[in-house]
Amino acid sequence: MKVTTSEMVATRAVATRRRFEKLLETLFLAGAWLALTLVIALLVVILSDILADGWVRLNWKFLTSFPSRHPEEAGIFSAWVGTVYVMALTALIALPIGVGAAIYLEEFASRNWFARLVELNINNLAGVPAIIYGLLGLQVFVRWCRMGESVLAGACTLALMSLPVIIVASREALRAVPNSIREAALALGATKWQTVRDHVLPLALPGILTGTILALSRAIGEAAPLITIGALTFVAFLPKSPLDPFTVLPIQAYNWVSRPQPEFHQNAAAALIVLLALLSLMNGIATYLRNRYQQRWQI
Amino acid sequence: MRELMRERTIRKALWQERVMLTLLMFCALVSVVTTLAIVVTLTVEAVGFFRVVPIWRFLTEREWTPLFANKKFGILPLICGTMLTAGIAIIISVPLALLIATYLAEYAPPKLRRRLKSVTELLAGIPSVLYGYFALLFVTPLLQKFIPSMSTFNALSPGIVLGFMVLPTIASLSEDIIYAVPQSIREASLALGGTKLQTTFYAVLPAASSGIIAACLLGFARAIGETMLVAIAAGMMPNLTLNPLEPVETMTAYIVQVALGDVPHGTLEYRTIFTVGLTLFVLTLILNLTGIFLRERFLRVLRRM
Repeated sequence: MKVTTSEMVATRAVATRRRFEKLLETLFLAGAWLALTLVIALLVVILSDILADGWVRLNWKFLTSFPSRHPEEAGIFSAWVGTVYVMALTALIALPIGVGAAIYLEEFASRNWFARLVELNINNLAGVPAIIYGLLGLQVFVRWCRMGESVLAGACTLALMSLPVIIVASREALRAVPNSIREAALALGATKWQTVRDHVLPLALPGILTGTILALSRAIGEAAPLITIGALTFVAFLPKSPLDPFTVLPIQAYNWVSRPQPEFHQNAAAALIVLLALLSLMNGIATYLRNRYQQRWQI
Repeated sequence: MRELMRERTIRKALWQERVMLTLLMFCALVSVVTTLAIVVTLTVEAVGFFRVVPIWRFLTEREWTPLFANKKFGILPLICGTMLTAGIAIIISVPLALLIATYLAEYAPPKLRRRLKSVTELLAGIPSVLYGYFALLFVTPLLQKFIPSMSTFNALSPGIVLGFMVLPTIASLSEDIIYAVPQSIREASLALGGTKLQTTFYAVLPAASSGIIAACLLGFARAIGETMLVAIAAGMMPNLTLNPLEPVETMTAYIVQVALGDVPHGTLEYRTIFTVGLTLFVLTLILNLTGIFLRERFLRVLRRM
């Protein structure tokens, strides 16, 4: 068999080309792995930095003392109580409204202009910066509704902020319930609402709760809207009613970070560790709920 | 008798149905009312502001000093500070996020894909005050070792950290989009003799381009609206500069600065935060709507294939 020169040149060109392609692919994969390593390294560095700075300040006294001018006596009692208080109230307000809106959109609304408008609106609201919700809360809840700079005003503000996320998550959970369940209930003469209340909602509840907890953990880590409505940065008492002034962990931490003394920075780091622990706990609960109650439908 | 009771049960169920439908509709209306309330509250206060300060002065003056004796109301320094930090963030995050998204969607085995995706999303769960702490007390001192002229408050280090903060948004959204590109496109390219890399870069990514651009726009909107990180690490000094080593103030940081002080309701200073808020809202609205529109277009094209 005779091989002409032009064929040999062609094969060689293909081989070179192939080697070049291989090199490019290796480069691309190396770049991707480098990017992933950077992300993981940053996570590790942030966490170890905060632990190294704040670990020494973490003790029982820090959790049960009020803020003070003396860094070694200052604690986060009012801050973590405020955080838990605001979070509970936010959940109480946002969960029913969010689930109601999701049920309406998923189970009742026909595909008309109103449903489309609400949908576009929710997508857009999810992208509105947190601080804009703070301005809204300042004007509507603090001024017009005369709630003052209270726990209630803060909870209403955070509830509006987390609604879009809760609605989207609840709709997904409702959509995951197979249609045969609805058809079975309707065929037995149940009304649409009875079907939803007795059959669809219980099945979708774990998914809804998972989404809600994640939305709340996002909201509770955010300080900007609460600073904007006028939450205090120095609170030496516990809020007794929803109409009392309050502070929360991220605001307390921000207050300490923005002081020049390094001792206060340690306090900020310790407060942030407590906040992180709270957020991880919530994420843990959400993950547990999802894994424990996740249904695999076999239709 | 029995007939009567049955009728009563049915009537009750139907009545309940009607009440619940109304209630549920009200819940759905809350989101529409929220948007309207945002627009109304911001606009009402902004109109009050523009009665005192003409809009052309607001848009063209080069100084922003509403809290000083000599008041100047030019938004440019705040916009400049916002764009500088958000711009640095985008330069950092887009290449990294797209590398990660392409790798995860096209190359990674399914199990690794899921796991790495949730690791990346951990970055989104870190509260922004912690990012601010990290930028001010870790990244800035580190950078100052290499760039001694850098000031304590600057645009560079919060910009870099902000980049990692919005990375999960961009990576996750564009990964979903790349993953959703139909298999037929990959098969067509492979059948023509394309390698896997060629298929990825000449067939899959171009098909996903409008969705990827949407993801970047949404990430940029996030970066513009981020507050605590830049309030802590970028400073609170309005500064019309493009030098990333100097302190700047973003629109969001200005709102925090005023809210921390005690500004009485109804004063011009009080109105400035709503005017700045309106500017911020309009900017993010444009970015978000463009992003949503591009993504819907991608999904529409997808459905036709």
